[in-house]
Amino acid sequence: MIGFGPTGWGGLLLVAALMTLCVTAVALLIGAILGSLVAWAKLSGSRILRTIGGTYTTVFRGVPELLIIYLVYFGGSSAVTAIGTAMGYEGFLGLPSFAAGALAVGIISGAYQAEVFRGAYLAIPKGELEAAQAIGMNRSLRFRRIIGPQVFRFAIPGIGNVWQLSLKDSALVSVTGLADLMRTSQVAAGSTRQHFLFFIVGGCLYLILTSFSDRIFTSAEKRANRSMPTSLGQA
Amino acid sequence: MDIDFMISTMKTLLAALPMTLALFALSVFFGGILALVIVWMRVSGNAAARNFAKGYIFIFRGSPLLIQMFLIFYGLGQFGFIRYSFLWPALREPFVCAVLSLALCTAGYSAEIFRFGLRAIPAKEIEAARSIGMSGFLLTRRILAPIAFRHALPAYSTEVVMMVKSTALASLVTVWEVTGVAQRLIAQTYRTMEVFLCAAIIYLLLNFLILQAMSLLEYKLTPHRRAAPLFPVPQR
Repeated sequence: MIGFGPTGWGGLLLVAALMTLCVTAVALLIGAILGSLVAWAKLSGSRILRTIGGTYTTVFRGVPELLIIYLVYFGGSSAVTAIGTAMGYEGFLGLPSFAAGALAVGIISGAYQAEVFRGAYLAIPKGELEAAQAIGMNRSLRFRRIIGPQVFRFAIPGIGNVWQLSLKDSALVSVTGLADLMRTSQVAAGSTRQHFLFFIVGGCLYLILTSFSDRIFTSAEKRANRSMPTSLGQA
Repeated sequence: MDIDFMISTMKTLLAALPMTLALFALSVFFGGILALVIVWMRVSGNAAARNFAKGYIFIFRGSPLLIQMFLIFYGLGQFGFIRYSFLWPALREPFVCAVLSLALCTAGYSAEIFRFGLRAIPAKEIEAARSIGMSGFLLTRRILAPIAFRHALPAYSTEVVMMVKSTALASLVTVWEVTGVAQRLIAQTYRTMEVFLCAAIIYLLLNFLILQAMSLLEYKLTPHRRAAPLFPVPQR
């Protein structure tokens, strides 16, 4: 029953696993953009921006993921419907579940990534920033040569954690009907009445995804730190 | 924004708050106990116990909570020997399934947190305790547990907040807690933003209170880390 072919669910489950990966990857990208904006707001001198950034990270890390998915899916759909009505289309328009899911998980991961980026920026030795300023690098050059590469390097472990978190959060997107791994396991379980089997198989596929991506992030971290002295905290 | 609607929504959602709190309290309690067992196995000398704990942590941290919950809620019922056992009246209840899966999942995460707490104990403190003849339970009670718990507390409070958020998933196995009721209200009224705001306020307040309580606990437990008083306190 989990085999391939016309009566097997194997192929569908693999496609669904790919869908889960796609949603998570797009969400991580959205989250990276939002997260760097929010991190910048939180580090900026302006009090208003700092408050906005702080509110964003508090709200989206403190409210259940499921509730945020409902907000984006239902709220997004009514926004799309309102735009449609304004443009002369009658009736209800739904937000595509892929877009809604990726956006919702992206908003959540943005809140976590903002903290990762902020921590990574604060980990840059202050002397390096001062040195860059002292030899006359302007803002964009300083960002490109000093801040950017180091933030990226310090952020890799944190981003890895956020990726794992998003991968598991993406299972909740199944409530919008997107045919991801969770949803497909559920449909397979329901239609064959083999709940235990299909949830075990789905769970194993998730375990493969998480452990495989964990390896990738570990090796990326090693590669990014290849020119660094390996003295502290690295085995 | 419609104030009357917000107030009535808030009332409806607050009526579901005891369910969220019950899910949270029971799963943190049982999950904490289970985590202690798992971490004890994880650091024990027995290879079988250690590998079992490793596997447990890998499985429950590596897969989404939702699939674990569905596995327990839908999956267990398909076996005859469970359906005809004395456990069935309990396992038939969605509430019991939700608490069970939340507790099993948080045990995996908490066990890792406790293990890092244990690793933070300076070796010389253990050696000192052993050299004056403490061993086994006494060593755990006097040295290991207090130090490890204090080290683990900041990370554990994050995990506890995660648990508050995780109780939302119970709504998908038909337990009517705050998020489930909020979803029903959204579907009935199509006023997503207002309902979301009310539910978000409840969760944020709950998390805020929990974090405050945890940091108070941390403060009380770590008098040695505070600055010494400027003037010596007179001894009686």
